[in-house]
Amino acid sequence: MDTTAVQTPQSLTPKDFATDQEVRWCPGCGDYSILKQVQTVMPTLGIPRENIVIISGIGCSSRFPYYMNTYGMHSIHGRATAIASGLKACRPELSVWIVTGDGDGLSIGAGHMVHILRRNFDVNILLFNNQIYGLTKGQYSPTSEENKITKSTPYGSIDHPFNPAALALGADATFVARSMDRDPKHLQEMLKRAHAHKGASFLEIYQNCNIFNDGAFEIFTEKATKADETIFLEHGKPLLFGAQRNKGIRLDGLKPVVVSLDDGYSADDLWIHDEHDLYKAQMLVRLFDDPSVEGHFPRPFGVFYETQRPSYEELMQQQIEMAKGKYGVGDLDKLLAGSETWTIN
Amino acid sequence: MSTQTTVQQLKDVVIKFAGDSGDGMQLTGMQFTNNTALLGIDLSTFPDFPAEIRAPQGTLPGVSGFQLHFSSDPVYTPGDSCDVLVAMNAAALKANLKSLKKGGIIIANIDGFDAKNLRLANYPDGVNPLTDGSLDGYVVYEIDITKLTREALKDVDLGMKEKDRAKNMFVLGFLYWLYDRNMESTIHFLQEKFAKKPLILEGNLKALHAGYNYGDTTEAFTTRYRVERARMPRGTYRSITGNQALALGLIAASQKSGLPLFLGSYPITPASDILHELSKHKNFGVRTFQAEDEIAGISSAIGASYGGCMGVTTTSGPGMALKTEAMGLAVMLEIPLLIIDIQRGGPSTGLPTKTEQSDLLQAYYGRNGECPMPVIAAATPSDCFSAVYEAFRIAVQHMTPVIFLSDGYIANGAEPWRFPRAADLPPIEVKFKTSLDEGEEKFMPYQRDERWVRPWAVPGTPGLEHRIGGLEKQHITGNVSYDPENHQLMVKIRQAKVDAVADDIPLQTIDSGPESGDLLVLGWGSTYGAIKSAVKSLQQQGYAVAHAHLRYLRPFPKNLGDILKRYKQVLIPEINNGQLIKIIRDQYLIDAKGYHKIMGIPITKSELEEHIKSLLG
Repeated sequence: MDTTAVQTPQSLTPKDFATDQEVRWCPGCGDYSILKQVQTVMPTLGIPRENIVIISGIGCSSRFPYYMNTYGMHSIHGRATAIASGLKACRPELSVWIVTGDGDGLSIGAGHMVHILRRNFDVNILLFNNQIYGLTKGQYSPTSEENKITKSTPYGSIDHPFNPAALALGADATFVARSMDRDPKHLQEMLKRAHAHKGASFLEIYQNCNIFNDGAFEIFTEKATKADETIFLEHGKPLLFGAQRNKGIRLDGLKPVVVSLDDGYSADDLWIHDEHDLYKAQMLVRLFDDPSVEGHFPRPFGVFYETQRPSYEELMQQQIEMAKGKYGVGDLDKLLAGSETWTIN
Repeated sequence: MSTQTTVQQLKDVVIKFAGDSGDGMQLTGMQFTNNTALLGIDLSTFPDFPAEIRAPQGTLPGVSGFQLHFSSDPVYTPGDSCDVLVAMNAAALKANLKSLKKGGIIIANIDGFDAKNLRLANYPDGVNPLTDGSLDGYVVYEIDITKLTREALKDVDLGMKEKDRAKNMFVLGFLYWLYDRNMESTIHFLQEKFAKKPLILEGNLKALHAGYNYGDTTEAFTTRYRVERARMPRGTYRSITGNQALALGLIAASQKSGLPLFLGSYPITPASDILHELSKHKNFGVRTFQAEDEIAGISSAIGASYGGCMGVTTTSGPGMALKTEAMGLAVMLEIPLLIIDIQRGGPSTGLPTKTEQSDLLQAYYGRNGECPMPVIAAATPSDCFSAVYEAFRIAVQHMTPVIFLSDGYIANGAEPWRFPRAADLPPIEVKFKTSLDEGEEKFMPYQRDERWVRPWAVPGTPGLEHRIGGLEKQHITGNVSYDPENHQLMVKIRQAKVDAVADDIPLQTIDSGPESGDLLVLGWGSTYGAIKSAVKSLQQQGYAVAHAHLRYLRPFPKNLGDILKRYKQVLIPEINNGQLIKIIRDQYLIDAKGYHKIMGIPITKSELEEHIKSLLG
């Protein structure tokens, strides 16, 4: 099988990544922006188009592959991660992207999600979180807030929601980040970071469903509130936020507290973000307060955590090489004969 | 040393080793089997063990058995009833006495018949079958195996528990003496197995020799038996179980096709041994992936096939049920995939360690939508090799998932196998689409050849980028389509594609018997041996009875309808409540009769023979 594409210098444009298929998301859907950012970033990554594979499950987000002129599979509900695992195990050289949603990836597919993360296949997981089921027309999802009124919860949801970044970190993901559809520049940067990471990258993208859950992330995305309600993580930089850039988070022992630089604190007193610090990352992903509650923390965006660990496919390949070294390249006749034979003349 | 013994020639022997789950009966049976095989004696085995890893010691549910049939004539089944029963305790005797022939030999471990063991085996107070005369019709050898083993190991520095674990070697040694065997194969096995545990090795070897010498020196035993080698076709043989043969068949097909093998699997009885076997052979480039569940097992295999490898998933009934949706995806994607179902008793968790042929309808119909795929079944342990090789070929050459059916009986059963040379295996040609053809402007992933097969274009191929998925495909372009006419067309095409496999498989043959006559016994899967034996016996008695055995269950060989019409009656024996019979009646409109055994155990030759006689009046 000769499928290793020759890496040729290319000058692809975002247009080269668009297909002839009509995009069928609802007008105004956040998915359009994500598609645009992915199409914008792809040509900059230097990967031949034929070496890119996008695998999705089921749901609005999972229509994504049809709109990307790469290899792609729109599979079945929740299983994109498992399919990608098999593909990557066999074809480590491919750039594999998994597109999933909060229903697909955290409800029916939650079981596979934690396993692909712990195994650390070198894939990029884009989890479009809109906190609602869109394709089935408006039931609550595993990331919907408590008490949410939806078609299936007329008295309010009694489910406690997942915190996706904390779940990923809990599964020992080697890259955990969050971005949003309404911040193209940040999203592009996060896509590049996810790609650059060797191992499983988990990128949660807040995505507005303007039909069934409009405004779910408004407080983080709209100009009027964004600066005070979000905090953008940058490695080696203090956790600074606010319209006046005068607020920050500092660690009081093991407890994060919001402080004002007007109260005698300087940037040096603040929590300095370290992407490689697992313990701090575990606290950061827990800054997940309901923004309507008094005294809440701003919601962090950016890379929470990144570490290096051998990828599953790499270890698998190593074992194969080791076995070949130890026992020699498989000899079929020897294998068929086994260890004990007898001959009848 | 005694020289008083005589050696008697026997043609045919069935031994059952039965004891507690912890008594090592499976190992003992396998050792005796290998020893028998190496002598060129034909054989067939049937391991029968409880689902519990260690059911309470001494109880009936804890009895583990291993049946071995060996003969100087061709052997097709592990035997209906046994000539020799090794009973390590009272429960083992109680559970297996009914399968011992009248006048058969019982080798009883006296220590396993103390008050406690008798009570655990549910014998009434004060009743001991060894002393109450109930075994008068049998030849009973009472041996205090525990005591004799301890005695033999008195100088070995092992704890009592470890010494007692060597009891099975004492029994094996005794049987080697009884059947006039050389013990080299087992000595060699023990030396390898316990290379790093010299004390355990010493204990086992001592027990083995003690058992042999016990037979030799105890004057109670005056006759030894010998079974001559069978008149089997010339060639080199090995002993093989169904699951082993299946694993080797997959590797062979991978090597001959040049497609790297990927197994995505979740452990389940009785399929796990395939995962175990394949995971040993990484030097053949085999990739094994122990997935987090059954669904991930098949899904990862789909991913592998999509990437241009041969994706395989192995499971048993309940796992098949879980894989159902993903099988539908593979049918829509039209990519090669092997789904291997080692059937067991069902429904639900059912009888995990017992055999049944009850997933045929699941394999045929058990998916949402119109979802056809080829179904192939193996008939015997060694047949798993060539049958799975063939399933692999059909999958890659017809771009379709294929279901392969085996069952617990052939998966764990062993028989001699005249293994092929790699060079003699038929080639498996695989065609990838590597570029656009002349005049082709855009890749059409659902453009088909004359057999309805679409091209296999794998990621990494420049210029053939395309999207596929589980939504209905537009004919030729593969784009999503909800068009009513297109859906009807695609359903018909997917069916036609599977039907076209019939042009690419051999015609059905008659296994034995006349080309037409009073009755045809039509079988599939692991009933092969029982049907063959029963039919042969009837033929010898002058009945016009024939046997045909199906490997290809979907589609059927093209001449099957003609064959069925040539007999006055058609009988379909199955280890289920009637599944193949429904399909045969449906497709050929014949009044086939069924014979159904649903006990978790194989059909025996004699019950089938009797049933056929009753049909023929």
